[in-house]
Amino acid sequence: MNLSLPAIIAQTALLLLLAPLLSGLIRNWKAKLQNRRGPRVWQLYFDLAKFWRKDMVISEHASWIFSFTPYVMFLTALAAGLMLPMVTAQAPLGLFGGVLALVGLLALGRFFLALGGLDPASAFGGMGSSREMTIAAIAEPAMMLAIFTLAIAAGSTSLSQIVMASQGPGWKFLDPSHALAFTAMFIVLLAETGRIPVDNPATHLELTMIHEAMLLEYSGRYLALIEWGASIKQLVLMALLANIFFPIGLAAETTPGTFALGLLWLVAKLLALAGAVVLVETCNAKLRLFRVPDLLSAAFILAMLALVSIFLFK
Amino acid sequence: MMLPPTTLLIASLCGYAIGAVGGLLFMRREKLAAAFTFGVAALSASSSLLAGLFILAGAPPGANGPLDLLPPLIPYLKFTVRLDPLGAFFLVLVSVLGMAISIYSLGYARGFFGRKNVGVLGASYNALLLATTLLFAADNIWVFLIAWELMALTAFCLVSFEHEKPETRQAGVLFFIMSHIDAGCIIAGFLLLFQASGDYSFSSLHDIGARMSSGHRNAAFVLFLLGFGIKSGVVPLHVWLPVAHPVAPSNVSALMSGVLIKTGIYGLTRVCFDFLGPPPLGWGVTILAVGTVSAVLGVLYALMEHDLKRLLAYHSIENIGIILMGLGASLIFLHTGHPRLAALGLIAGMYHTINHASFKGLLFLGAGAVAQATHTRNMEEMGGLSKQMRETAFYFLVGAVAISALPPLNGFVSEWLTYQSLLQGFDVTESMWRLVFPLSGAMLALTGALAAACFVKAFGITFLGQPRSERAANAVEAAPSMRIGMALLTAVCVLLGLFPTAFIRLLDPLTQQLIGEQISQQLTVANGLALGSLSQNPGTISTLGMALTGICLLPIPLALWLIFGRKARKRRGPTWACGQPGLTPQMEYTATGFSKPVRMIFKALFQPRRDVQREYDFSPYFATTIRFESHIEEVFVERLYRPLRIWILRVSRRVRALQAGSIHAYLLYIFVTLLLLLLFAL
Repeated sequence: MNLSLPAIIAQTALLLLLAPLLSGLIRNWKAKLQNRRGPRVWQLYFDLAKFWRKDMVISEHASWIFSFTPYVMFLTALAAGLMLPMVTAQAPLGLFGGVLALVGLLALGRFFLALGGLDPASAFGGMGSSREMTIAAIAEPAMMLAIFTLAIAAGSTSLSQIVMASQGPGWKFLDPSHALAFTAMFIVLLAETGRIPVDNPATHLELTMIHEAMLLEYSGRYLALIEWGASIKQLVLMALLANIFFPIGLAAETTPGTFALGLLWLVAKLLALAGAVVLVETCNAKLRLFRVPDLLSAAFILAMLALVSIFLFK
Repeated sequence: MMLPPTTLLIASLCGYAIGAVGGLLFMRREKLAAAFTFGVAALSASSSLLAGLFILAGAPPGANGPLDLLPPLIPYLKFTVRLDPLGAFFLVLVSVLGMAISIYSLGYARGFFGRKNVGVLGASYNALLLATTLLFAADNIWVFLIAWELMALTAFCLVSFEHEKPETRQAGVLFFIMSHIDAGCIIAGFLLLFQASGDYSFSSLHDIGARMSSGHRNAAFVLFLLGFGIKSGVVPLHVWLPVAHPVAPSNVSALMSGVLIKTGIYGLTRVCFDFLGPPPLGWGVTILAVGTVSAVLGVLYALMEHDLKRLLAYHSIENIGIILMGLGASLIFLHTGHPRLAALGLIAGMYHTINHASFKGLLFLGAGAVAQATHTRNMEEMGGLSKQMRETAFYFLVGAVAISALPPLNGFVSEWLTYQSLLQGFDVTESMWRLVFPLSGAMLALTGALAAACFVKAFGITFLGQPRSERAANAVEAAPSMRIGMALLTAVCVLLGLFPTAFIRLLDPLTQQLIGEQISQQLTVANGLALGSLSQNPGTISTLGMALTGICLLPIPLALWLIFGRKARKRRGPTWACGQPGLTPQMEYTATGFSKPVRMIFKALFQPRRDVQREYDFSPYFATTIRFESHIEEVFVERLYRPLRIWILRVSRRVRALQAGSIHAYLLYIFVTLLLLLLFAL
């Protein structure tokens, strides 16, 4: 386990560049599926470039937390991404933390984003913060149980170890514990990335938004950082799901050939997962806020069953 | 010349005693009393800190031999003290906190000038530190129990310090009653141990459980669990804690939450790992289960609070639960014969103990500064304080991030260690009991996420937004010494967070003493940069690495700013209020509103009651006046303690009939007793 600078730089670039594309793709596909033309796939890049150039209006009630938050949000998402094996089986910063650290860093970003929502003294921001923290709290146990299921099989919380254990000969996707844990994690993914049926990323109706409500007061450079950070976070979570449950194609050694193959596999898996998210978003309506716990407790039960099935079938 | 640890310990004990006497002597001159008592306390604490660190860093053998404090005047009654690694660890804890809090108190006590007797406050404060220090150094049941009782009494004096408020008096009485129930349980437990050993010294009690029958052992375990459980506030024995901690002066609250409840953890660790011998599976599972329940319920009730100090008090219950999860896992590993894993669990518990002491002490000091500046503990009347109290806000934020178990601070490290020991429990335990581990892990995740929600609320509502009251708008920054005290604990939180491998080395003597294993070498990966777990394919974390990663990535947004956003301007404007002019503080989200989703989701537990009264002229939608009241009652108070209290009162009413005041009846009692005794003698 050592740190290789080229790997770190390559993965940082990958995270920065791929994330807006993935978000744009989901938006575009979703529109297509709903018989709309939709924004271009590249739209988010243009948006970000525009935001960076724009002037900012900061609320007169805001304190330094408000300006600090976008940086925390962006950097934690990026650092979390560096702990994830994306193209190679060895994560660039795997030494600095495994799956628990990844979850912790994303939680740190969320913590500050929620504070940033409360800072400008607007009711909407407070509402968004309150809902975001509540949903995150009830999603957390399901996620942790699903992660435990994999970590127990691998005997470690290191993501590289989890991936390598899944790559071993015993890997079967239809293994009950695997399939159940995947379903649980997929539901958690929908909640964590603010997708329908939990939150609607396209809404700007004040009373229904969660994530967007916290960003209402942000503009210009800060908004760019937060939007970018949120899209990196989405990429990280989707790649996490893709790679720990389908560890196909992850390069064991870094030759250009395996690297290119790994990249292709990653893109293919992300496309498949994005397709699944788009389908779920199109086929479902947003749930009432107090129905969301039911969905997430279903995820918890599935993860629990996954654990019990390890116990039964081992 | 290096001073031997025991000399330093005695010096600090004498210091506290001088401080206590000095406080009473200078009672009439409050400025002098405050400076003297808290100054002496800070010096004494630094002396005992050195003593503890010397032992943990591996003092030469013999330097910490048992020592009699007083000549043995009474047979059996020996005042022996000795610093072993376990005691030294807790001594470090009380000393670090004692030092920071004493410095803080120098400024904080000014709030009482002309109003309350600061000399008495300082004297009781010193006496409390004296008792706690003595407790951790006790090497004899007598000394332990005397220190225990002295601690309870001085803490009672401090809780009731502002006794002119009825709320405080009630809290004091409840604390007094619960303290004595716990003392009773502990005395009974020690009697059982004494029966087997025949000697009062702790060295004779080592592994005494192996010589006891299993019934006696289990009885002793239950008694100690009850006694120490009340002290540390585990659910359902916690009712006194959220009542007593908030009403005490804030420096005392910090000491109580940071150290006093840890005496229960100390006692439990001492008894379970040192005295009672190899534990059965049931003990570990019980402690793990109790810990899990305490953690989840503690944080859920904390979320419902809008009294800042009560909120923190409930978080103490949560964190005691997390500590017990580590200890419980450790006991299970001892049972299954995995001493190295047991050492990991113990380290997780101990690490969280010192972490909780540092961040909870810090948060209580911050809350005290806020309460002194705004003259209220109600968060609904605060808001916007980060502008007037910039430094306090920063320190409180660090504490909030640490207690929410977010990287890269210390709470994250100890919860990570707890997760690691829970994770490995699944593989080494046979039978269905192994499912306990991942379930506890999931509950720990829930606890951590709810704690984050709670501290977004606590920090956001208190320090951010617009001030919700006149008093909050006119708040001023805390006195310099208070800020120094908070800065000290902030530094402790950051250091414990960033350099875990350096700190874990200090725990080696402790695990060596209690379990016979030293595992800091195995836990240190990459030359101390990262912390590992014990498994074959270890998971690692490096909080320092994460912090450095963040710093190294910072040039990316800065470069983009320079490239794209050079011309962009920043200006101040009003917050969006749907196009209406004038955003008032009434439009802000409140603490009660913030926690409403959680209250609704867990309404089966909270059973919230709400009462809305509207007066209107023509339509209920245009109310002229509105009155809203919402209330939740703790389920244990309602279902357990209230019936118990009613039952006790009913029984005592019956018993009172015995004491009717008639001299004839009393003579009869004496006669009957005499007869019975005679019969018994025959």
